[in-house]
Amino acid sequence: MFVNQFLFLAAVLFCIGVYGVIARKNAVLMLMSIELILNSVNINLLTFAMRNGSTDGHTFALYIIAIAAAEVGVGLGLVLLVYRNKKTISVDELSEMRG
Amino acid sequence: MIAQNIGFWIIAVLMVVSALRVVTTNNVVHAALWLVVVLAGAAGQYILLAAEFVAITQVLVYIGAVMVLFLFGTMLTRARIGAESDLNNSYKKLGIPVGLVMLVAMGLALTRSFGDEKLPESAKVVSIQEVSDQIFGPYLLPFWALSFVLLAAVVGAIVLARKD
Repeated sequence: MFVNQFLFLAAVLFCIGVYGVIARKNAVLMLMSIELILNSVNINLLTFAMRNGSTDGHTFALYIIAIAAAEVGVGLGLVLLVYRNKKTISVDELSEMRG
Repeated sequence: MIAQNIGFWIIAVLMVVSALRVVTTNNVVHAALWLVVVLAGAAGQYILLAAEFVAITQVLVYIGAVMVLFLFGTMLTRARIGAESDLNNSYKKLGIPVGLVMLVAMGLALTRSFGDEKLPESAKVVSIQEVSDQIFGPYLLPFWALSFVLLAAVVGAIVLARKD
């Protein structure tokens, strides 16, 4: 197995996630695209852990999984709060900050 | 190695197709279910990379907990479950060149840096003991910080989502 086949898979997933964050208007779908990005980073970390024969990458990957869980919890709490106040979760309509 | 390569390519194609469905489908629940396929495929790749504990954690945390959160978020923020037409931005075509440019840039960097370097053939599976020796040894301080982050996130999510 080449190093690059895993790294290319991670790059493709990352770019799909970036496209999702740009293209989606629904806040829940934006959070899902962010999950894609975080997973591609995990694949990278584990690939380099195997390449270098160390276990540091595993530790980082576990920490990223924990941070992602916390992020989804807070993110969905925010989405619920926005929905309760505005009756929509389309991020295009949250424009109170516009001057 | 042949069997592992075949497994890699099957899972990789499955993951890319499902990821594309996640960002293009018109149904939020379907997007969540396609995301399950991507996350399960990622767990398979972790096993190919000799990271069994991370793979198990991926299944437990992502497919178990995060997906339930997503489905709850979907159900709590919309009345009907079904196809919708207004999930995308008006300028979504802008995302395609951005993604392609990033992919080309990363692909060039990867081919130049790693070329056809191979992963070590005889890598042994990293056991849970080694990972826990890392976490509770040199990485203990980040672990503490992480537990505070999780605590703050739980409290913050409750405070945000509570009716008052």
